[in-house]
Amino acid sequence: MIALYHPGRSLLHRAPALLKLALLAASVTVVALPREPWQLAVAAGITIVLFLVAAVPVRLAARGVAPVLWLLLVAVPLNAWFSGWESAAVMAGRVITAVALAALFTITTTVTAVLGAMTTLLRPFPFIDADRVGLMMALTIRAVPLLAAIVGSVIEARKARGLERSLRAIAVPVIVRSLQTADELGEALIARGVDD
Amino acid sequence: MPEIRFEAVGHRFGDDRVLSDISLTLTEARVGIVGANGSGKSTLARMINGLVSPTTGRVGVDGLDVKRDGREVRRRVGFVFTNPDNQIVMPTVREDVAFSLRRMRLPSEVAAARVDAALDRFGLTTLADRAAHTLSGGQKQLLSLAAVLVAEPAIVVADEPTTLLDARNARVVGEHLSSLDQQIVVVTHQLDLVEEFDRVIVIDAGRVVADDSAAGALAWYRAALT
Ligand SMILES: Nc1ncnc2c1ncn2[C@@H]1O[C@H](COP(=O)(O)OP(=O)(O)O)[C@@H](O)[C@H]1O
Ligand SMILES: [Mg+2]
Repeated sequence: MIALYHPGRSLLHRAPALLKLALLAASVTVVALPREPWQLAVAAGITIVLFLVAAVPVRLAARGVAPVLWLLLVAVPLNAWFSGWESAAVMAGRVITAVALAALFTITTTVTAVLGAMTTLLRPFPFIDADRVGLMMALTIRAVPLLAAIVGSVIEARKARGLERSLRAIAVPVIVRSLQTADELGEALIARGVDD
Repeated sequence: MPEIRFEAVGHRFGDDRVLSDISLTLTEARVGIVGANGSGKSTLARMINGLVSPTTGRVGVDGLDVKRDGREVRRRVGFVFTNPDNQIVMPTVREDVAFSLRRMRLPSEVAAARVDAALDRFGLTTLADRAAHTLSGGQKQLLSLAAVLVAEPAIVVADEPTTLLDARNARVVGEHLSSLDQQIVVVTHQLDLVEEFDRVIVIDAGRVVADDSAAGALAWYRAALT
């Protein structure tokens, strides 16, 4: 969701996030249904057309789908062993199409738009502060590269000083630095007016 | 220019007395604060937007009490921190700048136009859709500035905004800061950053030890360092 977004002005980029989310849910359900290979081929064809409409670079599309291929490397032979190659191919086609559709959603939708959609979805529930939930999700997403950077620099500092690489030797400074970072991020949030 | 007023301000963290008897009225366009590590500069700067409340005395901004009217004061006072990484909230550059406008609930075209103008002003237009965490340190600090300025504060306080940057980026960020129309209060160790300022205050061990024109205060400070 962080790295995949690709800016553009296509119909898919401009469509409201909530609508796209609903269509994604519906289409993934539909993709899970077909028994016949030709039905799946139609679904896959439509998916490819959507990628073309959104003008997604091939490299980016491949990056969106690649992670699931590792899973299929194990799942396809297993499935073929139990229920034959045709069933395995249909299963693989379904998974790839569904993942591609999900990737298409993240490629054409900013995190802000996703959060906005989530906030709208949560609005009918009076006991949930939808804005807060949206902010929490944004911060969770933000924490990933922040934490990765902290772990990276702690490991580097350890290496530079020739210290041991035990889990504890790394965990302690990572926790300390993370808490410090959380503190500073909290101050920045207050300074930027989240409590308004 | 706005007015920042410290009236007999003192501060303690537990038993540590960090600031003592600070009385200042800041109305100059560009104010620098210098002093050794641990002398209390950050604590002083943070009081201007209520991130820290004084244990004695009071701090006012344009007649508002920082403690009582914290939200109103924070709308007028933008704050730039030392580490830009810890001020970025949203995943992409444009979204992070837009985040500052959240509290204003502007119509989306108005907000978008203001974000574009802020990005343009700090040379970030071509980076607008990049993941913010992949920017260089200098670019991140410019993003922090854009994110603060898009909200159009009357005062910008910056706590060592160039300390983590290399010399070239420090100069770029410094030039952007100095060219702002807002009243600016800059805490720094890089004395050349405040050399042209209207007023420079030297803090030592929680007290104001010099308060003069930039030339006067910096000469005093340089002499005290040797
Ligand atoms: N949150 C805190 N809790 C306890 N002590 C603190 C805290 N923040 C700062 N201090 C202490 O207050 C003193 C002044 O800190 P600070 O205002 O950050 O100085 P400066 O910015 O000039 O380096 C230091 O001795 C520091 O250790
Ligand atoms: Mg400091």
